[in-house]
Amino acid sequence: MTATRAGLFRRSHGDRVFRGILTVAAVIIPVLLALLIWQLWGQAEPAVSRFGLGFVTSSTWDPVAEQFGALPLIFGTVVSSLIALVIAVPLSLGVAIYLTEFAPAIVRQPVAFVIGLLAAIPSVVYGLWGIFVLIPFLRSSVFPLLRSTLGFLPLFQGTIYGPSMLAAGIILAIMVMPYIMSVAREVLLAVPNSQREAALALGATRWEAVTSAVLPYARSGIIGAVILGLGRALGETMAVTMLIGNRHEIASSLFAPGYTMAAAIANEFAEAVGNIHLSSLAYVALVLFAVTVVVNAGARLLIWRVARGSGAGSSAL
Amino acid sequence: MIRQFTSALLLGTIGLASAACSPKDAPKETGRAESSAATATGTLTGAGATFPNPIYTKWFDAYARTTGVRINYQSIGSGGGIRQFTEGTVDFGASDGPMTDAQVAAVQGNVVHIPTVLGAVVLTYNVPGLGTTALKFDGPTIADIFLGKITRWNDRRIAALNPGAKLPAGDIIVAHRSDGSGTSYIFTDYLSKVSPEWSTKVGKSTSVNWPVGLGGKGNEGVTQQVKQNPGSLGYVELIYAVSNKLPYAEVKNASGAFIEPSLASVTAAAEGANLGPDTDFRVSITNAPGAAAYPISSFTWLLVHKTAKDPARAAEIRKFCTWMIGSEAQAMASGLQYAPLPAPVVELVKARLGSM
Repeated sequence: MTATRAGLFRRSHGDRVFRGILTVAAVIIPVLLALLIWQLWGQAEPAVSRFGLGFVTSSTWDPVAEQFGALPLIFGTVVSSLIALVIAVPLSLGVAIYLTEFAPAIVRQPVAFVIGLLAAIPSVVYGLWGIFVLIPFLRSSVFPLLRSTLGFLPLFQGTIYGPSMLAAGIILAIMVMPYIMSVAREVLLAVPNSQREAALALGATRWEAVTSAVLPYARSGIIGAVILGLGRALGETMAVTMLIGNRHEIASSLFAPGYTMAAAIANEFAEAVGNIHLSSLAYVALVLFAVTVVVNAGARLLIWRVARGSGAGSSAL
Repeated sequence: MIRQFTSALLLGTIGLASAACSPKDAPKETGRAESSAATATGTLTGAGATFPNPIYTKWFDAYARTTGVRINYQSIGSGGGIRQFTEGTVDFGASDGPMTDAQVAAVQGNVVHIPTVLGAVVLTYNVPGLGTTALKFDGPTIADIFLGKITRWNDRRIAALNPGAKLPAGDIIVAHRSDGSGTSYIFTDYLSKVSPEWSTKVGKSTSVNWPVGLGGKGNEGVTQQVKQNPGSLGYVELIYAVSNKLPYAEVKNASGAFIEPSLASVTAAAEGANLGPDTDFRVSITNAPGAAAYPISSFTWLLVHKTAKDPARAAEIRKFCTWMIGSEAQAMASGLQYAPLPAPVVELVKARLGSM
């Protein structure tokens, strides 16, 4: 048997070519990643040696005095992404659960399709929509309401400008929702029907079946969906820079403007003249890269732990 | 489940790679400019300022139709223009701010700044209840607003400049550019001249550490912020205020007159510059003398080599520059709200081109 297979393999020229092409394709990805890091490091080196790790804890960003620190950018990136997740995760999970467990068959496909379409809209279009529709609406209706009802929290105090951390978080939530929703929906669809049937047979209601049988089974896949959304939110540039107010400052209020790493790079790279300015932007890119890697690695760990702790079905992951 | 999760991870990796990719765009541009400069003879390549891009595009198109010489211009920003010019990857650069002495030294002084047109930066505002009255400002007041020292519209210093104007009691919401830009360079250059405090605390550059305000991306970003936020004040290029029907302020110039920004008052600022025959054209004309000069005006420049490696290309660039300062090309500028060069400057550029 082995001999026959080896013989077949040797004779088949096409197989070897195919294998070669696939190997090259597989190797290209890590090589690209390594090149990327190497290039970024090369560009960032002057700023790294000048500012050291103090770069990530300093809040000054002064191109004229050539003093750079990325803390407000890191803060803005993390906070805007968290706001996005806080809004998007319950909504998209709700939609996913509704579509797989409760919705009549006739609405399932159309709704999933429309939400999928949201993912295809270019981010600059989201940005424009944010400037012309979302911000005027938030400024005139939502923000004043938040301030008058939740104004005892420092998060909802201060002057309302319009462009703000909260506006950016909301647009990000809308942008990451289709990703979380469609992956979560696929994951829920993959839960075997026997799980539901078993729960229902034990006398569970639909809702109990979902919370006790379906969701635990799909837990690790859902976490994967959320992480996918988070990755997208962390790196989003165009829509965020159009709505966040672009201010190098850490404010306690969500109505205040902020800034993100990706937005700062996009904004300043073209016109950065000084070498140290350019290099600092590359350093910011490196930090962004590190943040995304840490988030992804953390997500993997989380999924492994969750998968280990749950039932047999999840071990498939 | 495995399949879905793999695809999720794959998507995640793509997202991660694209997030990390953004700063790599400019070197890619460099590569493209390099190859086109090397392969396509009969085509000139340039890169730089975005502010004059509309008029440059119009010029290059008209020039190609009359002479057959195609000019490939990438409006990647003044900083990028200076970088690519220094690295020698383009035939000419373009910038809204002149190269600094250090930057000139980096190319061993082998650069001539050729002024092309003039632009104005205007203060535009959204003050409810003001009607059609144009507000008046002077330099120190503008600087103190952007320094965060004047925070209300009915501040007595603004009121003193605008007797009779119905100024509300609300906060001034300052809007500035978030992206690095020649517009910011011109504006901060002006503020540095009229306010010692601005000059020491903030300084002039394409992007600065703004003491107050919201950052909008691009002229259109600032325009929208001003348009939508009652109480806001921002600075944009003249054409954006005109085409968006936003009001713009009269600014007090160096000789004490309040001047409305217009093509004529910008050209007047350039006339006041009084360039000598040996000038290198790296002059700032903000806060220029001259009774009719609008104080927040500036040249924008092409950067060309004094002595070129390739004489044929250098000759082509000289020919284009000569055409560009001619009356036909300069007349196209005003249609796009750029002020044409005043006659004495045209003569000086002509003399300089002849001596190259």
